Amino acid sequence: MTQTLMPLMIAVPLGGAFLCAIMGKRSRALPDAMGFLVTLLAAAGAVWSVRLVAFEGPLVYTMGGWPAPEGIVLSLDGLTALMLVTVNLVAFLVAIYARGYMERYTSKRLFYGLFLLMLAGMNGVVLTGDMFNLFVFLEIASVASYALVAFGTGKHELEAAFKYGVMGTIASLFILLGIILLYARTSTLNMADMASQLADGGGDVVPLVTGLFLAGFGLKAALVPFHAWLPDAHPSAPAPISAMLSGVLIKSLGVYALVRVLFNVLGVAVPGEAFTPLIVLGILSMMVGVVLALGQWDMKRLLAYHSISQIGYVILAIGIGTPLAVLAGLFHLFNHSIFKSLLFLDSGALEHATGTRDLRRMAGVGRKLPVTSGSTLIASMSIAGIPPFNGFWSKLLIIVAAVRAGHSWSAFWAVLASILTLASFTKVLRYGFQGGAGNRLRQLAAVPLSMKVVLVLFAVICIGGGLLLLPSLRDLFLGPAADALAGGTRQLGFVLTGGAS
Amino acid sequence: MTAYILCLILFSLGIYCAVSKRNLIKIIVGVAIAEYAVNLMFVLVGYRIGGVPPIFVASGEAQGAMVDPLPHALVLTSIVIGLATTALLAAIAMRIYRKYGTYDVNEIRELRG
Repeated sequence: MTQTLMPLMIAVPLGGAFLCAIMGKRSRALPDAMGFLVTLLAAAGAVWSVRLVAFEGPLVYTMGGWPAPEGIVLSLDGLTALMLVTVNLVAFLVAIYARGYMERYTSKRLFYGLFLLMLAGMNGVVLTGDMFNLFVFLEIASVASYALVAFGTGKHELEAAFKYGVMGTIASLFILLGIILLYARTSTLNMADMASQLADGGGDVVPLVTGLFLAGFGLKAALVPFHAWLPDAHPSAPAPISAMLSGVLIKSLGVYALVRVLFNVLGVAVPGEAFTPLIVLGILSMMVGVVLALGQWDMKRLLAYHSISQIGYVILAIGIGTPLAVLAGLFHLFNHSIFKSLLFLDSGALEHATGTRDLRRMAGVGRKLPVTSGSTLIASMSIAGIPPFNGFWSKLLIIVAAVRAGHSWSAFWAVLASILTLASFTKVLRYGFQGGAGNRLRQLAAVPLSMKVVLVLFAVICIGGGLLLLPSLRDLFLGPAADALAGGTRQLGFVLTGGAS
Repeated sequence: MTAYILCLILFSLGIYCAVSKRNLIKIIVGVAIAEYAVNLMFVLVGYRIGGVPPIFVASGEAQGAMVDPLPHALVLTSIVIGLATTALLAAIAMRIYRKYGTYDVNEIRELRG
């Protein structure tokens, strides 16, 4: 029975999206209530999935009862559970925040409809055990996100959404082409079956497919040669959606799908060994992102460039490939989704209160908005890697893992990027919050309570995030996720044998 | 083999069109061409030379090589997804036209990557 959790993680948001879109016209309260309830259920389900994986082992759900190699399966292992918690926790908090923030836009029912559709797509991407199914869920989440970026329908929003839409569609085509080539070679779409056939030799399409997937998923994850759409798209969306896009969308559609396919299906990235393309992409993203961020004055644009840089850390750590490095990378992925979501929500609260996103014009708001500025301070120190916040622990682990694996140069670049991040956020705090003179902003709009509560909750997770490294919690949450990547091409074998019941 | 290479050429043409053209509608057309090339490739993967429709008759005799029906089913899904993306892009392009009065990318460019 426990397997039923998996289809529900997809079906509940999907049904919620549908109900919001068709029923939302009748009552104004329904979309808010639906958004809260569905994301609450999804978050509870995600936490339960961690417990299931830790105590019962990996699980398989066969859709419609068709057994594994022929039918479509959903699979749940440690890495999936980690992603489910990250995605649904952020989605839950963002849904509460959106209740107050989205009042200024016209149609809440369409907002929640698209939001829940995107959530369903992301849950589907992390749960599925079938390559074509992965593509379908990827597109569901992507199309919903194109529409959400354009939600404000202003000049900038539309332009950014068009650019994002075209780039995203091209990325999806690369991914689909890769899937077709794999299908032509192996005559199967099931990930586990595909992995075992490719491992038996005859992987002559593998280098080409690896290239296509690196480009396709790299575009979705905004790794550096493919990053041009992100600094336009993420700032243009409404703040809750910026938080979702930067916090979880680029990770579930980009990073998760990429590492899952490279490690567990293609087997080109061998656990325990370095995979050079990922290391190179990681270092490039890390440095280019942070250098471009230094010159920005628009707060959301600055944050968007930092997303590129922080994703670089994750990719670099996973590319190094030792168990410690993979654990550190996944830990940073979780932490980044928390502090970057918090920063984007803070920028939304500031925009709500002051009416601007320009750091120079919001100078001196620090004393007037204690909750917002306090949580921004915590998140900034987190992203810059100041102890004892969560970002410090994961960056420290990444650097230690890089040095121990003999990648001193990677460690050097990681330290340098961290220093530049600190410099960039010193600028945010110095100009945006403490700057004394600029008091043109006499009238500040009040930040609604629902938004404040969310900011405080995220800040608490930032402070307590380091606790996930305690051995008992690590074995529950991060450990199984790192083990899933360490399992290599045999990891998904449980899909064929049926998994734990 | 020739057919696959032609598909890849069509795909490259579509991508080139999407990247190099300066008109929003032409960009959408480029994306659509690339999409069709990928779908065509998908159908071709399932084709067998001299293949018959994959229908088992009551007598149970094999009727020679059958084409692979799975890509045909999948390509329908892929076409529908393509339709959704194209419709969304076209809708956004129309809204842009209403704001700016032009489809020319050079005149629209307010954001810089």
